[in-house]
Amino acid sequence: MRKTMMAMMVGAALASGVANAQQGKLSDDTLKIGVLSDMSGVYADFGGPGAVLAARMAVEDFGGKMFGKAIEIVSADHQNKADVAKNITQQWFDRDKVDATFENLNSAVALAVTALGAEKNRITVVTGAASSRLTNEDCKPATGIHWVYDTISLANVVGKAVVKAGGDSWFFLTADYAFGHSLEKDTGDVVKANGGKVLGALRHPLATTDYSSFLLQAQSSKAKVVGLANAGGDTVNSIKAAAEFGITKNQNLAALLMLVTDVHALGLNTAQGLYLSEAWYWDLNDENRAFAKKFEARNNGKKPNMNQVGVYSAVAHYLKAVQAAGTDDTAAVRKKMGDMPINDVFAKNGKLREDGRMVHDMHLFLVKKPSESKGPWDYYHHKGTLKGDEAFQSLAASRCPQFKKG
Amino acid sequence: MSEIFGVPVQALMGQLTIGLVNGCFYALLSLGLAVIFGMLNIVNFAHGALYMVGAFFSWMLLNYAGVNYWYSLILAPLGVAAIGVVIERTMLKWLYQLDHLYGLLLTFGLALVTEGVFRHYYGSSGQPYDLPEVFRGPIDLGFMMLPKYRAWVVVASLLVCFATWYVIEKTKLGAYLRAGTENPKLVQAFGINVPLMITLTYAFGVGLAGFAGVMAAPVYLVAPTMGSSIIIVVFAVVVIGGMGSIMGSIVTGLGLGLIEGLTKVYYPEASTTVVFVIMAIVLMVRPAGLFGKEK
Repeated sequence: MRKTMMAMMVGAALASGVANAQQGKLSDDTLKIGVLSDMSGVYADFGGPGAVLAARMAVEDFGGKMFGKAIEIVSADHQNKADVAKNITQQWFDRDKVDATFENLNSAVALAVTALGAEKNRITVVTGAASSRLTNEDCKPATGIHWVYDTISLANVVGKAVVKAGGDSWFFLTADYAFGHSLEKDTGDVVKANGGKVLGALRHPLATTDYSSFLLQAQSSKAKVVGLANAGGDTVNSIKAAAEFGITKNQNLAALLMLVTDVHALGLNTAQGLYLSEAWYWDLNDENRAFAKKFEARNNGKKPNMNQVGVYSAVAHYLKAVQAAGTDDTAAVRKKMGDMPINDVFAKNGKLREDGRMVHDMHLFLVKKPSESKGPWDYYHHKGTLKGDEAFQSLAASRCPQFKKG
Repeated sequence: MSEIFGVPVQALMGQLTIGLVNGCFYALLSLGLAVIFGMLNIVNFAHGALYMVGAFFSWMLLNYAGVNYWYSLILAPLGVAAIGVVIERTMLKWLYQLDHLYGLLLTFGLALVTEGVFRHYYGSSGQPYDLPEVFRGPIDLGFMMLPKYRAWVVVASLLVCFATWYVIEKTKLGAYLRAGTENPKLVQAFGINVPLMITLTYAFGVGLAGFAGVMAAPVYLVAPTMGSSIIIVVFAVVVIGGMGSIMGSIVTGLGLGLIEGLTKVYYPEASTTVVFVIMAIVLMVRPAGLFGKEK
């Protein structure tokens, strides 16, 4: 009797040991992810509550649990201030046991958070910010990941298309911070590489109310193309003023970063005829339409943009990697994330490169005329797709110190 | 072509004209603030939010009820004024005896709540409001093509500003109003309903903000944040002009619009900060503001 008891206990202990090994280990006994975004300012529709919703959907679709423990999501508003973002993230890592953070839009924020992640050895995934510095000069390849797009891919898709269409002299209207500067530089490089000229640039503070005065200066530059190296409400207000002052009669506007949510805010009357680049559009295929339907039902009827779907994709991929690695250890998870291809609603055969750049296809769109649109959110003609390797910078051209050649 | 500091005169004139247009918005908004502060001694931080509400009212009128720009130019400010009556009757009237700080905190809180509600329902990226048909296209001023609508903004704002100044400074009603704030008990003794007058003054002040909102709807984005981005500049205008000074706020509003326009030509990076630099200088030299009276 005693013997059987012992045997049973040993068996039970062994079984639970085996079960544990299958289950994997979580540090602090929980898996917690943070979503940091602009929840209330100019970029709140770019990421904001929609990005938190996307992360939540990714966790729900995963089943809500990792190794039997509920996956937690925390979110916060960084108000587009790098110092606020840094404080929140530091608290998340040090006190709240957050394992990885996502979204982090606004390039100034993204640079601060990525640097902090490297210092604390936690994974930080940037989706909404664009600066190419994140995987170049300021790269943190062990922990910093850049998921959706960057200023180089925008330049490669939109910049090239506009130069090809005859727009060979450019004047930039640039948001005066890290993102705008990167976008202006990278687009300028593409324009010059394709035989165009850059006549000048003008820098405006973030969230200026009136752009007419800047646009008049752009007009007097006589450039064929006025490149808008800004985003969100800044771009929308610039385009409105350009239409009002008749600048679009003799010059073309190139909105270098514009999402479907911005087109919605601008209205097709003003936005028609613009070229823009996104990694994702709800009406491209059935899978996208189904995702958008699920999303908008929980987002006041607003469709997701590429950034929000990017958050979904990044969180889902992170969760898969944790599961495959059997641990939430940063190095092990980061390795799995790089090994596993990304195949989901956002990307097909996406690849997370060792420099932190997620490489996937980018699309070129032309904004429809009001007469061509069937209703709200029917805004784009699909004009082409650039393969990931053409859209993004190659690893060989990287200015990241770890990968720099020569 | 002749130039001033490397900028062609023609371009400079264009920039000044645009500065004047922006100055008109500043003047309209700071006028309402000055009226409210001068008569009620309340620092109305909800002013920006009510400007936004005015713009949203006109957008709603157009999109939900098909009411055009001209009607909303009257209806939206009236709607905002009605909100003002509610705010004054239910909340502000308890605060007149207390320190300025309480009114400031209350109105600031109201502004945050209002913005939050609109952001929840309409998102932060804003709504399009198309220009009324008559205002499409530009007027040739010789040195620039000024969109017709911007010209209308200048004309309408100046008219409203002047009318307000005239009523308060030159009419009997204005005299009652000024007397009522100076010594309410005495004025009440003459049989004038002072509390009603104060309510209407507040309603009128925020109605002006609503009016500015309707004017702004076709040119700027109708977005929940449109108020908070402009209100700080407007407060600087009021401080520079002298708190409570009607003429001061009008003249300073227009003047600062011009200065901002010039900054956008010579050093665009500083265009949003120049107003505050001027405010700091004015406060050092004349603490009561350019048109304010020392107490």
